[in-house]
Amino acid sequence: MTSHAAAVGDGGQERLERGFEFYNLKLGMWIFLLSEVMFFTSLIGAYIILRFAHPEQFPAPGTVLSIELTAFNTFMLICSSVTMVKAYAAVQHDDQQGLQVWLLATIILGASFVGIQMYEYVYLVREGFVPIANLYTAEGGPLYGSTFYLMTGFHGTHVTIGVLALTGVLLRARTGAFNSQKLGPVEIVGLYWHFVDLVWIVLFTIVYLI
Amino acid sequence: MEVDEKKAHPPYMLIWGVLAVLMLGKVLISMLIGLKWLAVLLLVIVSFTSALLVAFYYMHLRFEPKKLWLLAAVPIPLILIFIFTVMQEFTQR
Repeated sequence: MTSHAAAVGDGGQERLERGFEFYNLKLGMWIFLLSEVMFFTSLIGAYIILRFAHPEQFPAPGTVLSIELTAFNTFMLICSSVTMVKAYAAVQHDDQQGLQVWLLATIILGASFVGIQMYEYVYLVREGFVPIANLYTAEGGPLYGSTFYLMTGFHGTHVTIGVLALTGVLLRARTGAFNSQKLGPVEIVGLYWHFVDLVWIVLFTIVYLI
Repeated sequence: MEVDEKKAHPPYMLIWGVLAVLMLGKVLISMLIGLKWLAVLLLVIVSFTSALLVAFYYMHLRFEPKKLWLLAAVPIPLILIFIFTVMQEFTQR
């Protein structure tokens, strides 16, 4: 059994699914993430269909959206992934201070990502880039605005949920709830956070660069 | 034991550096390469590589049991069916 597979659930006891080599909570999170893959794939698929069907409504990359700002935001999300794995590595070594510091860094980076996305939304709405056909005045067409806000909005919601979940884990970590033998929730919230990062890597490419 | 330690600590900072470089590379590809099809192809390859790095090293998939690999691979055929269906949407027009 690997060191990660040996991680135990919240109760501090191994709860392995029959036939599997990892605990139930982790199995459940992976199944949830796989359903999320299909969810985001359907959104991306809808975007591709609409873009091919109405190319006149989708201007060239960089004409409406700011690639530089979002590239910086993407970099912050990548940084938040490394702080999250650092938090996980810290709890594996019973480093309580390290766990709390890295979790806090992840929360700050995640919240900053959402903040910058909100700033971007406000700027775009002022430029007439809105998800409402009657009010759309930016370059391209309203389908561009609708699909943009749908995809980035759902992703931003996921990041927000992740920040809230991380805050909950940090509050529990401050009470010493986790250690090398009891690190299930840290690993689970980490899996979710990295998935959110992974999805953004794909979305950034499709929505902003192609 | 040494192997377990190595598994427990993949080169996180190295992966972070590679992800940052790949991200920068994507922006440069988008801005500098004029051929649309080539830019799209390169962007897809770089994005796929970045996503795999996150899944393998940050989500620790590389060190998980093979059964989890199978579980993680479940959406891939579904995605391929989906892409095929989307392609049909345009080829049958």
